[in-house]
Amino acid sequence: MCTNIVERAEIEGTGKGTAGWFALTRANVTYDHPFNASYEHALNIDFVNEAQGPSARVAVELSPESARRLAETILATLDRGEAYEAAVAPVGTPGAR
Amino acid sequence: MERTDEYSGIVAETIGIAGHNGDTIGAYVAKPLGPGPFPGVVLIHHAPGWDEWYLETTRRFAHHGYIAISPNLYDRSGHGTPEDVGAMVRAAGGVPDAQVVGDIQGGMHWLRMQQVHNGKVGVIGTCSGGRHTYLVACQSEGVDAAADLWGGGVVMTPDQLNENRPVAPIDMTANLACPLLGLFGNEDRSPTPEQVDQHEAELKRLGKTYEFHRYDGAGHGFFYYDRAMYRQEQAVDGWGKVWDFFGRHLRA
Repeated sequence: MCTNIVERAEIEGTGKGTAGWFALTRANVTYDHPFNASYEHALNIDFVNEAQGPSARVAVELSPESARRLAETILATLDRGEAYEAAVAPVGTPGAR
Repeated sequence: MERTDEYSGIVAETIGIAGHNGDTIGAYVAKPLGPGPFPGVVLIHHAPGWDEWYLETTRRFAHHGYIAISPNLYDRSGHGTPEDVGAMVRAAGGVPDAQVVGDIQGGMHWLRMQQVHNGKVGVIGTCSGGRHTYLVACQSEGVDAAADLWGGGVVMTPDQLNENRPVAPIDMTANLACPLLGLFGNEDRSPTPEQVDQHEAELKRLGKTYEFHRYDGAGHGFFYYDRAMYRQEQAVDGWGKVWDFFGRHLRA
């Protein structure tokens, strides 16, 4: 907590941890000292289900540069996904061609 | 053990102690074997958590002739691997300062209950533990020496204060009643060299007994041999400063 930079996002989905798949409810995103990665500060993402305790966690620690590339890649993929959904949606569906 | 023909032994284990509000929390203790009497040290673990480095360091203090105790400051937050618990506390914004002070005072009380204790108590912490060390030393009776190792957040701006951290530790300096050791890397960004300057200026202004040592070529966490921030030469010298400081103030 040296930087105190913490952002939280409510999410829905599943993650695969050490005990297998579990429901995800939140992504805790920090810019701080990582536990494992060899950077002084990293962009750390903890995909968690806090109701299931501390062990319900899928953790990644990324260099800040690669984290930004990942964020851009996520947005680009979502754009393509939305275009795909619009293209294959039945006639009459809002947003369909 | 100073010599290879001397007896050396320790006992180390997890126990429960009474912490803040009388809550039972876990702690790791390590005691030298023998009649003593031995000085005592409370170790305040860092932000990553009550982890193997801290358990090893607790044993290291016992190896050097101290009764050592490291309370689990994250006990109330949950249980799992130290990293999982540390990550949970990181996401929650840490633990309250008042709770930490109460838990460490519980550790100090445990030390004073030990039959082989010599009556002297030191407190040491790294990272957030360094900041907490300063808080404890400024708010507790019975601390005979305190060591703040790269504790960021002793100097705080008003916008950094919150429910967990309502008062900047530097504003408590008038109540510091024991000698203070500070070890800092000049490449650290929490605390920055400028913040360490501010801290030192306040100690001087109030006539406190302290010694600060600042290391070139080192940033945050330079004692951590298991992390990229480790700096061997600076860490070896820093440990020497710790043993010398506690030796002078706790063994008399």
